[in-house]
Amino acid sequence: MAKRCAFSLALLTLLGSSVAVAGPTLDAVKQRGYLKCGVSQGLAGFSTPNQQGEWTGLDVDYCRALAAAVFGDAGKVRFTPLSAKERFTALQSGEVDILSRNTTWTASRDTELGFDFVGVSFYDGQGFMVRKDLGVKSARELDGATICANAGTTTELNIADYFRTHGMKYRPVVFEKSDETVAAYDAGRCDVYTTDRSGLYAQRVKLKNPDAHVILPEVISKEPLGPLVRQGDPQWFDIAKWTLYVLIGAEELGLTSANVEQQRKSSQNPEVRRLLGAEGSFGQALGLPADWALQVVRQVGNYGEIFQRNLGGLPLNIERGQNALWTQGGLMYAPPFR
Amino acid sequence: MAALDPIGPPRRASSWRSPRLRAWLLQAALLAAVLGAVALMFGNALDNLARQGIASGFGFLSQPAGFGIETTLIEYSETSSYGRAFLVGLLNTLLVSAIGIVLATVLGFVIGVARLSPNALIRGWAYAYVELIRNVPLLLQIFFWYFAVLRPLPGPREAISLFDVAFLSNRGLQLPKPLPEDGFGWLVAALALGVVAALLVARWRRDGAGRRWPWTLAALLLPPAAVVLAVGWPLAWSVPELSRFNFHGGMTLTPEFVALVLALSLYTASFIAEIVRAGLQSVRRGQREAALALGLPPRLVLRKVVLPQAMRVIVPPLTNQYLNLTKNSSLAAAIAYPDLVSVFAGTVLNQTGQAVEVISITMAVYLAISLAIAALMAWYNRRQALVER
Repeated sequence: MAKRCAFSLALLTLLGSSVAVAGPTLDAVKQRGYLKCGVSQGLAGFSTPNQQGEWTGLDVDYCRALAAAVFGDAGKVRFTPLSAKERFTALQSGEVDILSRNTTWTASRDTELGFDFVGVSFYDGQGFMVRKDLGVKSARELDGATICANAGTTTELNIADYFRTHGMKYRPVVFEKSDETVAAYDAGRCDVYTTDRSGLYAQRVKLKNPDAHVILPEVISKEPLGPLVRQGDPQWFDIAKWTLYVLIGAEELGLTSANVEQQRKSSQNPEVRRLLGAEGSFGQALGLPADWALQVVRQVGNYGEIFQRNLGGLPLNIERGQNALWTQGGLMYAPPFR
Repeated sequence: MAALDPIGPPRRASSWRSPRLRAWLLQAALLAAVLGAVALMFGNALDNLARQGIASGFGFLSQPAGFGIETTLIEYSETSSYGRAFLVGLLNTLLVSAIGIVLATVLGFVIGVARLSPNALIRGWAYAYVELIRNVPLLLQIFFWYFAVLRPLPGPREAISLFDVAFLSNRGLQLPKPLPEDGFGWLVAALALGVVAALLVARWRRDGAGRRWPWTLAALLLPPAAVVLAVGWPLAWSVPELSRFNFHGGMTLTPEFVALVLALSLYTASFIAEIVRAGLQSVRRGQREAALALGLPPRLVLRKVVLPQAMRVIVPPLTNQYLNLTKNSSLAAAIAYPDLVSVFAGTVLNQTGQAVEVISITMAVYLAISLAIAALMAWYNRRQALVER
């Protein structure tokens, strides 16, 4: 019997679908002792290793927040850099517990690929970057251009839609890794580099002469980027979702990594008290400790802090724009904690 | 008499002790185990896909693909289906493989013969080529051609112009493209007629005295010339012209394509050269000496005596090299050439998320291509084989 089990197990592994997929992810993560998080292979501001070799970025910080929620320790996470092409298979096969890799939420990905999108951690849109000396002022002038893009992204589909809509022609050159794509554009293989606008700003910093390139004003698509989990584990989905909302809600409630400990003790705001576990049993309902949200904010900070740390400051200087709180004219909104 | 009688029928051995039956049972059990394992894996994969809510089946092939591809041999647009995108990728793979095989064979034979040249300089160069090329990994060679040789070329505006009809830039090689007009079919037919006529003339003049080639040439050229006189020159050229971003008109050999073809054919040629050398050396010296003694010129000795015998040794390992080249063409994905792996197992897989189906189809296609090449080479090998009398 044991032999037969071993045999079936070997087969299951062969097919790339581990047994852990079926069971609750939270138990598997706890038992393992760390969270497995899929991130990009290097996109400034979202997930990129710093000079000390530590991963930094918005996508990375979300995973740290999730680790803080589960373990009370933001350090208990291991990052797997994935190309755009590898990312979905890695999540489907259970190689990572969560994919936090500037991935656009679309209907077909949500329904056909067997995923659930947790929410939106960054509202983005696709744009174009060209050399200044071409004298292009608008994307409508790009008829006949050669365009560098990443393989297997919504970007690749959006340019096709955009050029078709406007009756223009283009020549796509698609690479698997975004570094290769940028290098090809920098070397002049393409006239245009296209990706999400946050990516354009992030990659422009890496070019040989960043000032020689200009980002065109058009935003040709909606790109709500966010983390995603495998379908079929409602508990894990809820944990991932509410971790994101804690980050946003904390900013709205004025909780920061600096004041959250003190707020837990002194705050009279019932919503803050519920969120931080001073009242109610919000954590228990998720299968987490009562102070999980406190740990998230204390160790990682609120959404505004994360944004400022990774995107708002130098060298990227990306404005909050749509990513401001709803109270400040943005789209970031967390459901009430009650 | 009694002594000569047979001892009687031998006692039937117990069926378990019959080696043939045992072997047969063992084989049957093994086959059942393999089939069972495959069925288990298949069922398990289906179960898991259904449980995770991942779409499965081959319906996606007829849905619109929605992405563009630069190099296409057939009509393709963003509204074409995933199935069409698959065909585009497949044809691109076949194109690179076919051109690679032809170039590698020609180059491989030349270098293989040069390896045995009596001229030490030629021999040395051929030796250096083989040792240099076959010992560097293919992927690095592809990168070398793509990143080190083709990428630093100037942009389209500063393109290197070849007589103002062809242009070399970091966007690739732009060549004039022939555009057949009315009467082009006639020209092709006349050319075919000319070839047939030339062959007939050559045959007819073979035993005759005097020169042969003026007659042959006349037979070859007369019919096409007549057509051109009658309908005019039926071929126009589309010459590449620089527009705002790129060259337009003409045809483009992209840097990805050129790098891949160069790397694949140069790399495989080094192996083919060694196979050819081994084949030539397998023909005994006596054959060559006998042919020379009969007064055949050295060129004919190689072509008529040595090569035909060497081919029997060359063809089977040559098949392997052809298969390798075809499969190695999947490295195209590393440099953005839209081959089957890049387009289908890359973009299509990622847009549909149906990894199991897409990878199965891709593997089946490579298997089919390889088996087809192997079958073709086996047929050729049978034709070449010594006829035992």
